[in-house]
Amino acid sequence: MLSRIRHVVIKEFIQLFRDRRMKAIVFVIPVIQLMVFGYAVTTDVTDISLAVFDLDKSAESRELFRRMESSGYFTVRYFAGSPEETQDLLDRGLVTVALQVNRGFSEAIRKGRPAEVQVLLDGTDSNTAQVAMDYAGRIIRKYGRDLAPQAAEQGQPRVALATRAWYNPELLSRNYNVPGVIAFVIMLTCLLLTSMAIVREREIGTMEQLMVTPIRPLELMLGKTIPFALIGFFDMIMITAAAILKFDIPIRGSFPLLCAATAIYLLSVLGMGLFISTVSRTQQQALMATFLLYIPAVLLSGFMFPINNMPHVIQYFTYLNPLRYFLVIVRGIFLKGNGVDILWPQMAALLLIGLGVMAVSSLRFRKRLG
Amino acid sequence: MSSGDIAVAVRGLRRTFGDFVAVDSISLEVKKGEVFGFLGPNGAGKSTTIKMLCGLLLPTSGEGTVGGKDIVRETEEIKKNIGYMSQRFSLYEDLTVGQNIDFFSGIYGVAKGRKNERKEWVLEMAGLQDRRSALTGTLPGGYKQRLALGCAILHEPPVLFLDEPTSGVDPISRRNFWDRIYDMSHAGTTVFVTTHYMDEAEYCDRLALIYRGQIIAGGSSADLKERYMKRQVLEIDAEEPVEALEVISRAGLDGVDAAVFGSSLHVVVADEKVAVPELTRILDAAGIGVRKIETILPSLEDVFVTLIETS
Repeated sequence: MLSRIRHVVIKEFIQLFRDRRMKAIVFVIPVIQLMVFGYAVTTDVTDISLAVFDLDKSAESRELFRRMESSGYFTVRYFAGSPEETQDLLDRGLVTVALQVNRGFSEAIRKGRPAEVQVLLDGTDSNTAQVAMDYAGRIIRKYGRDLAPQAAEQGQPRVALATRAWYNPELLSRNYNVPGVIAFVIMLTCLLLTSMAIVREREIGTMEQLMVTPIRPLELMLGKTIPFALIGFFDMIMITAAAILKFDIPIRGSFPLLCAATAIYLLSVLGMGLFISTVSRTQQQALMATFLLYIPAVLLSGFMFPINNMPHVIQYFTYLNPLRYFLVIVRGIFLKGNGVDILWPQMAALLLIGLGVMAVSSLRFRKRLG
Repeated sequence: MSSGDIAVAVRGLRRTFGDFVAVDSISLEVKKGEVFGFLGPNGAGKSTTIKMLCGLLLPTSGEGTVGGKDIVRETEEIKKNIGYMSQRFSLYEDLTVGQNIDFFSGIYGVAKGRKNERKEWVLEMAGLQDRRSALTGTLPGGYKQRLALGCAILHEPPVLFLDEPTSGVDPISRRNFWDRIYDMSHAGTTVFVTTHYMDEAEYCDRLALIYRGQIIAGGSSADLKERYMKRQVLEIDAEEPVEALEVISRAGLDGVDAAVFGSSLHVVVADEKVAVPELTRILDAAGIGVRKIETILPSLEDVFVTLIETS
């Protein structure tokens, strides 16, 4: 039995490394995803374009602009001459934020009266607007306190807010994204490779030939999934190394635990790949089915859109999504240093889903062969 | 005949797919070391029968044994004792010749000590000693076919199933292939082969003709010709064979079937003594010169066409 499985595994590896497209799936997908999630799709808001409409033209107003710029979050792109110009800049999307300082700003400051500035935001991108508003508010309040410490003290609220983001103090989106790449890459490569490798044998007729040999369905199934499980591990290690060495992402938890969780996760994704192979007749169909499964899995994983905000019906669906659990585990291990004591519910859920999917798929797989 | 001499035996084997009866209660026996031909048009039930014999498909009813193993209860055992090769030459085209042999050797569980010897034997049989590192996909059809055969018999199975093994292969390679089959048969392997090439059927020791799921005739090639060919076959060498065919068909003679066969005509008649003068007269009247007209031994094709027409 072991010898037959071993021969199938060896054969799969020979075929995998002879096929250029398959090789690309193994090596190129992780690199692309790392690039995309590590560099490109950052939700960090910096370098917000700012227009200023200065009616006061005083040292105080200029100091405010300087502070905005030196914060690193804003860049002054335009000096508007009229309210219409400000509006036009926002309409055309040339700036995200417009800051208006009215006449009498410096005088109010000097006389110790409350001075007002107006901040206009392009709210079409609600996320960026929110963040920009927050930054602008903080800078302006700080400026106010620096100008009139006594006044500020008098008006000091009784409850002071001191925020500190744990696990990711600089709130870098990369720290959130890159560990997620492990989950995505393993899922995509395993779904694709497993389903394609099985469907291809059916297409070229070797499946029929294998069925008249003494190989048992279980042996064939193992021989067909073990290679891709190994590749899943390889991808995981590769991305972990890149995360630590290239992206300076800390791994605070235990690496063996990450390996164990990956193994459990692989059960579900290989099972899904196997399932796709039982419903596809051609490699094209397998490819389509893979993406039909993969894209909703990513969208409903809680990675981009918080699960709590989804409609209840959809929320129930997400409980069946292995990505949902594995993302929590991966981030927990990387950023929070969580151990089994905390992650066991996710691991148990993942194991349950994995066993279920595997059971259904292997039954279908047997049936298709019979 | 003692059961020890029988390699394949089935009784009342039947398989339905929904309402469709693919194989309808067939019975047959194949002796050890025999080359048994299983003939029939496409869709007659050949492949379904082979699949049941190989343990790929369970019969709806009926029973049978292959190499002494039950085709319902011992399918796993059967798979260890048979070789199977289909018309698709199911090899891995992206593996080399050697890698294909090693793979199937491993799957069939060929003993470690025998592996090399068997590999060399297959390479020699297929004439591929110098091309063991070549990608299988780059080989010509005839080589692929012999390699597929070799991979199917690495474990030296006592029974070999060949499902239209020579389709898509050139005549010389076909001849060459049949020489290998004979060698194996002489060495004691039972060969069960389906084909629709009539010349190949002539190579078989015994034949069975399956039509619409039923075996409508069986026996050796000579038996079949004698038993089922009550009428005679005349070969007419005429100047204009196509025109001659038309003239004969138009005459509408009773019990006469004519067909072009190569450059001459084959005409099946009930009684040559009556038919020869009559045909000569008709063709003369039409102004077609007849160079020769003689009674020939019917070919298997003549037999099968007659059998299928009457069934």
